[in-house]
Amino acid sequence: MSLWRTFKVAWEGLTLNKARSFLTTLGVIIGVGAVIVMMAVSAGAEAEIADQINALGANLVMVMPSFSRGGFGSGMGAGAGRMPGLTYEDIDAIAQNVTGINGVSAEQTTNQTVKAGSTTLEDVSIVGTTAGFPDVRDYRVAEGRFLTDIDNDRVNKVVVLGYDVAHELFGEQSAVGQSIKIASTKFTVVGVMGEKGVVGNTDYDGRVYIPLTVVFKKFTFARFGGDSVRTIYVSAESKEVMEDVMSQVTTVLIRQHDVDPASPDFSLTTQESIIDTAASTTEAFRDLLAWVAGVSLVVGGIGIMNIMLVSVTERTREIGLRQALGARPRDVRLQFLFEAVMLSLLGGLVGVIAGVGGSYLFNELGTMRTELVTESIPLAFSAAAAVGIFFGYYPATRAAQLDPIEALRRE
Amino acid sequence: MTESLIEITDLTKIYGTGAIAVHALRGVSATVARGEFVAVMGPSGSGKSTLMNILGCLDRPTSGTYVLGGEDVSRLSKNRLAGVRNRQIGFVFQSYNLLPKSTAARNVMLPLLYNGHQHLTDGECHERAVSALELVGLGDRTHHRPNELSGGQQQRVAIARALVNDPSLILADEPTGNLDTQSSEEIIELLHKLHDQGVTIVMVTHEPGIADHAERVIHFLDGQIVSDKLNGAKRKGGKL
Repeated sequence: MSLWRTFKVAWEGLTLNKARSFLTTLGVIIGVGAVIVMMAVSAGAEAEIADQINALGANLVMVMPSFSRGGFGSGMGAGAGRMPGLTYEDIDAIAQNVTGINGVSAEQTTNQTVKAGSTTLEDVSIVGTTAGFPDVRDYRVAEGRFLTDIDNDRVNKVVVLGYDVAHELFGEQSAVGQSIKIASTKFTVVGVMGEKGVVGNTDYDGRVYIPLTVVFKKFTFARFGGDSVRTIYVSAESKEVMEDVMSQVTTVLIRQHDVDPASPDFSLTTQESIIDTAASTTEAFRDLLAWVAGVSLVVGGIGIMNIMLVSVTERTREIGLRQALGARPRDVRLQFLFEAVMLSLLGGLVGVIAGVGGSYLFNELGTMRTELVTESIPLAFSAAAAVGIFFGYYPATRAAQLDPIEALRRE
Repeated sequence: MTESLIEITDLTKIYGTGAIAVHALRGVSATVARGEFVAVMGPSGSGKSTLMNILGCLDRPTSGTYVLGGEDVSRLSKNRLAGVRNRQIGFVFQSYNLLPKSTAARNVMLPLLYNGHQHLTDGECHERAVSALELVGLGDRTHHRPNELSGGQQQRVAIARALVNDPSLILADEPTGNLDTQSSEEIIELLHKLHDQGVTIVMVTHEPGIADHAERVIHFLDGQIVSDKLNGAKRKGGKL
C-alpha cells in the first residue's frame, strides 16, 4: 500500500474515534505547550534582569563596600577608626581624580511625604544623589537644572522633581522656583526631569531628587553608618576604557580609605559581570524547566503508547480482516505507526498554539514577562514527532505480528 | 478436462510438538477445477477450518504442497502470501467482518487499498466498489453503514468485498451460519449466480441443505477426507 493510502487509512482510524484521539493527545499538548511556555518564561526572566541592569546605564562600574576580608575589624584598623562603607567624599574623590568617565553618582533612597500647597503625596521615593546622576543614568532634566556639586557641598535644600510628581503637585504650572515640603523640611524646586516611565522596577517619573548630603543630614543617621552609600556608580566613557577606569577607581579608593591594597574594604564589579552571573543563574533555571517540560512530554508519549496498545487489542479483528484482505505486516505496522505519529504531531500542533497563546496571555495579563523563544517551536514539535515514533513503534509492531487466523477468531 | 485451480498434495498440519502435538490434517490431497462450486463438511475439529486457512493462504502447511493457479504457495513468505490473498482470494466470513463505522462502499474498497499491482486512483476504487455492490444487488446502499443494513445485506456487502479484486477463488466459511432462512436463500442464490459467471467457490458449511447446492461435497473427519462426491445437484430454488 502506498504511504499516502496508509496515511489516509490511519487518519480515518483517528477520526472514527475523535474523543479518544483528543484525550490521547492531551498529554502531548500539555508537554509541548509546557516546553514553549517554560522557555518563554525563563527567557522573559532573563530579559527582565538584563533590562533592569541595563537601566542603570551603559558601561557602568559599580563600587560596593566589602566586608568579606576581615569585615568590620580590618576596616576599622586600617582606616583609623572610620566605619566601613562609601561616603560622599569617595564620590568626590573619584569624580576629581579618575579620567575617562562620564560621571559618578550614588543614590540613597528614603520614602517621605511630599507636600505643596494643599496637595499631599504620601510615600514618595526621595533619592539623594549627586551631580553626576544624569550622566550616569543618561536621564535629562526637562526644565530648570539638576543638582550641582555646590548643592551637595553646601547641603542646599533644593529638589528636582520627577515628571509625574511635578504634574501632580503643580498641574500645568511651572514647578521651578516653587517651594515644597518633604517631611517637615522646606525645599526649593530647581528642576523637573523629562519623562522616562517605568524601567525594571523603578518608576522614574514618580521620584524626586535631592542632594545626597541632605539625605544624610535630614533623613538618615550618621551614627549608624547613615552617611555611607551602598553603591557608587561610575560611568565609563566607553567599553574600551572600562579596565583603566576600574584600576584608577581602585587606586583612588585605596588612598582615600587608607587600606591595605591586598585587602581593600570595597569591591568593583561591572554591569556586564552582573548580567553574566544573572544569565548563568537563569540558564540553569531554564534547563531545569526544560527538563521538567521534557518529562511531561515523555509522559504524554507513554499515554499514546497505552492507548495505542488498547487500540490494537480492541481492533484485533479489524487487523485480522485487513491481513486476510491482503495487508502485509508492514502495512499494518505503518498504519498504526502513522496513527501514533499523527496523534503526537496533532498534539504538537495544538501544543504549539497553546504554548504560544499561553506565553502571549501571561505577558498581556501582566502575570509575568515572557519572551517567545522561536527555536522552542521546532524543538518541541520535533520532540513530539520523535515521541510518536518511539512510543508508537511497539504497539504497531504488536499489531503487525498478530496472526490473522487468531485475530479473526477473536471476539 | 477443465484446468485445475487448486491442487493440494499430501497436506499435513501439526500444531504443537511432542506429546501435545495435534494432527489437524493427516495427508489431504484434492484438486478443484476452475469454476467448480465445492462444499466442505465435517464436524468441528475435523480439520476443515485448518484446510480453509491453508487454502486461504492465512496459514502454511507443515508438509505437502499447495498449488494455487499454477503457483506453489505452500512455502511463500508472509508478505508474499498477503499479496496472494489480496489478488487471488476473496473471503466470506460467517460473521461478515465488516468495519462497523465505514460505509458499504468503503468496506468493499478495502482490498483495493492493499492492491499494490494496480495503481488505482481513489475514484477508480470507488467505481469498482460501487459496481461490485451493484453486482450483489446493493447499488442503492453504498453509503449505508453496516448497522443500517440487515444481516443478509451485510453478508452481500462482504461478498462484494470478496469480489472486488476479481479473485480466482472465493472462500466462504459458513456464509449462512448467522442468517435466517430467507436471507440464507438469497445468499445461496447469489453464490449460484457468481458460480454461473465462472467464479470458483469453496464453501464450508455444516448444514446439509446448504451443501446440497454445491456441485461437489467433500466430507472431513479426523483430518482426513472421508468422502468426495459429485452432487445430484439440485440447482436454483432448492429447499433448504
